Amino acid sequence: MIGMTRYDSANPLTQGVEWLRDPANWQGDYGIPNRVVEHLAYSGLTLLIAVAIAVPVGLFVGHTGRGRVVVVSLAGLLRALPTLGVMTLFALLATSTLSLMPPIWALVLLAVPPLMTGTYAGIAAVDPETVDAARGVGMTEWQVLFRVEVPNALAVMLGGFRSAVLQVVATVAVVAYLGLGGLGRFIIDGLSVQDYGQVLGGAVVIAAVALVVDGVLALAQRRAISPGLQQLRHPPAGNAAREDLTAGARGGTP
Amino acid sequence: MTWLFGNLPQVLSLAGSHLVQAVIPLVLAVVISVPLAQIARHNKTLAATFLSVGSVLYTVPSLALFVILPVVLGTRILDFTNVIVALTIYAVALLVRSTLDALNSVDDGIRQAAVAMGFRPLHRFLAVDLPLSLPVLFAGLRVISVSNISLVTVGALLGIPSLGFFFTDGLQRNFPTEIIVGIVGTLILAVLMDGVLVLLQRLLTPWLRTPRAPAAEVVRA
Repeated sequence: MIGMTRYDSANPLTQGVEWLRDPANWQGDYGIPNRVVEHLAYSGLTLLIAVAIAVPVGLFVGHTGRGRVVVVSLAGLLRALPTLGVMTLFALLATSTLSLMPPIWALVLLAVPPLMTGTYAGIAAVDPETVDAARGVGMTEWQVLFRVEVPNALAVMLGGFRSAVLQVVATVAVVAYLGLGGLGRFIIDGLSVQDYGQVLGGAVVIAAVALVVDGVLALAQRRAISPGLQQLRHPPAGNAAREDLTAGARGGTP
Repeated sequence: MTWLFGNLPQVLSLAGSHLVQAVIPLVLAVVISVPLAQIARHNKTLAATFLSVGSVLYTVPSLALFVILPVVLGTRILDFTNVIVALTIYAVALLVRSTLDALNSVDDGIRQAAVAMGFRPLHRFLAVDLPLSLPVLFAGLRVISVSNISLVTVGALLGIPSLGFFFTDGLQRNFPTEIIVGIVGTLILAVLMDGVLVLLQRLLTPWLRTPRAPAAEVVRA
């Protein structure tokens, strides 16, 4: 925990500004920059695991069409799970309450549905004629998947990735409750000592980090789409996929 | 199980306040989003503004919003209102977009037929455009409802009563059963709410009651 900022004002809003302007809060292990790094590191680890699980499953289901019902209902179920509950449960069942991995696994459960449904819906929405044509010119199934289906599905897949990132970055704030670091620390610590300047300042930093990350991803998403597909912003088959994506995207932002 | 029955009154009362915090935003979101979407439909600039403001607000993490709102609204930090306003903001951000899509997808021929039959603009909107948009609107509502039910539990970190209380309390007392009751309770509420929405949609869109579900529904499930 960082030392208390001395406030000139009694108004919590002004205190938040004072807290953010206090140089002491911007340095050291418990300062804002270090907490941002921690926050992003937890998020990155979570996403790495979630991508490794969800994307292959999504590719398989999208390409073969097998197991669609399982994936869709699994994603729906996971989406309804309260992440805070899963996190506290995992933390309790783990040997040591302060360890990193239990909350990370809870976050993985949160990130899997949008990644999995985004990948699956993207692949499934690729025009079947295009896929047939690829087979017709003699591509193997792997070539069909990686040279035709994935590039065509990339917009939807990245949309799913973006919403997974958004949810994870938002929810990592909660791991502070379990004694880990990250930007949630400022809110949890501030609340426990009734330092509302710290609570508000921390909340503003979390919101800013979430917005910047989302903005960067939005730019990357625009860059990553193949130029050949740029004009086809609204392909005929894309509509169902897009709605599916919105459904996946808005799973819950704790 | 023993613990559940011993504490049933508390479970039910927390489930009650949980529902209140999840349902009110849903109702408010419909009341706010539909007019906004209708206004946005006739004005491209406004539509772009609504959508970008919406996506920015949607990006703000709930824990942050829960503690920022009391200062903005002048409420106490433990007030239900903070959760309700925060969830309403998320819901509106989402619903304006899907309502706009829904209204745009109404066949222009149908609209013109309604005008030709003498419907005035407001009457036409309420009797033709809106009912035809209901399936998409409800698809949005179902997604929001599931995420609301889950988000309400985050309020427990600030001490706002909901089933999330069992998560924080169970952790402090080192008592997994309590957490499991909270998780299962939350899931039950989500399923119940979803059932109510499906039922409501069936009642409101009798013309869609065909034996086969529409294709988009299968993908989304």
